[in-house]
Amino acid sequence: MRRIVMWLLSTVTVVVLLFGYHTSTSGPTSAGSAVISSGSSGVSGTLSGTNSSSGTSSSSSSTTTGSTSTASPQTVTGDSVQTRWGPVEVQVTVANGTITAVNVPVYPSGNGKDEEINAYALPRLIQETLDAQSAKVDMVSGATVTSDGYLQSLQSALDKAGV
Amino acid sequence: MTATGLLPRPTRYVDHVMGMPISLALRGRHTHDHRALEAWSEVMADLREVDRVFSTYREDSFVSRLGRGEITVADCPPEVVEVLGLGHRARLESDGAFDVRRRGPDGPVTLDPSGVVKGWAVERASAWLHALPETDFCLSAGGDMVCHTDDPASPPWRVGIEDPADPGRLVATVPVRQGAVATSGSARRGAHIVDARTGAVPGRVASVTVVADSLTWADIDATAAYALDREAAAWLRSRRRTAIVVWADGSVELTDGTAPRQASRLRSSDSLSHR
Repeated sequence: MRRIVMWLLSTVTVVVLLFGYHTSTSGPTSAGSAVISSGSSGVSGTLSGTNSSSGTSSSSSSTTTGSTSTASPQTVTGDSVQTRWGPVEVQVTVANGTITAVNVPVYPSGNGKDEEINAYALPRLIQETLDAQSAKVDMVSGATVTSDGYLQSLQSALDKAGV
Repeated sequence: MTATGLLPRPTRYVDHVMGMPISLALRGRHTHDHRALEAWSEVMADLREVDRVFSTYREDSFVSRLGRGEITVADCPPEVVEVLGLGHRARLESDGAFDVRRRGPDGPVTLDPSGVVKGWAVERASAWLHALPETDFCLSAGGDMVCHTDDPASPPWRVGIEDPADPGRLVATVPVRQGAVATSGSARRGAHIVDARTGAVPGRVASVTVVADSLTWADIDATAAYALDREAAAWLRSRRRTAIVVWADGSVELTDGTAPRQASRLRSSDSLSHR
């Protein structure tokens, strides 16, 4: 139930988008350059040249755009979504039953760095590799462990030992 | 909670979703009571819902149906838009090395936002654990984790970083009070990360670990740096990330994100001390 409430809250904030869209000045790209074409070969003309700073439309719109080589691709823009990093809007172009382009005319400006204070304790390198017990660790970070490989992992040993 | 080093052992939980193990360690007030169990069950419910929406292994997930053109982005939950937006941002910031789309041999774009979904989903799910008062947690999904200590006097979580050449051993330890640790590498699942621009499989770098505030971005940056291969450490430095790069030749390089970025924030002597 609480999950549903959280879900609803995240959609309610979409309304806020109508009043403007700010980009972080610290981002490496400006809002004006936000329209990126990802059309694959053979597809063209799917971009509508929207300017991200206007917030474009916040309701779903379906636009059929012209294409030179593919039978009537359809470009659909999803609702704008407010995220922790800013509003996001996505356009997906489909032709003949497959995606031909994904465009993100409005995207989150934050890169996860804006609020960091860079005050982590530095990692401590171990001169000779150690096992988890002798290094006394609580958790293990590494290339993603799959469920199949879990039983052989260091993390599994820690979880089992309850240390 | 006591402020001494004599904390009881953390209580641990393990479950599986999205084909990977989810490990939780709890210390403090709520470790095995009703509230702890409820929070853990909400975390797993959250992750299962994410799997239903995003899995590329499920034909009926929103992302799979979107990828086949059966539904439009307007039919998808707002989370899909959020994740695609993050993927786009990551592509820009990695000069295209990170991309949630793969181009098939005959042109069509395949949608695979998995590189964004995991960190984002686990960070989001960790909100259920943040809600537990006076409780420390470390929530790991297959080795990428969110750490939280509630009491400034309690010790940091000690995170061991696997040696990609020998995943039974460690090359580094990282103490984390608040923040996230994510590692990308090919040690377990083979060459599943490529440079999206060229399709090249990284050969110089063996693994990249990023320590950051946000697991979403730690995960994205670790994957992007790994895809950038020989430029991994330089790129992480340009982003002022605290990171560990293990090269294929076995050497280990540390990038120091604690270097002062803005003079007003921290003196370097302060930033190097433990929080």
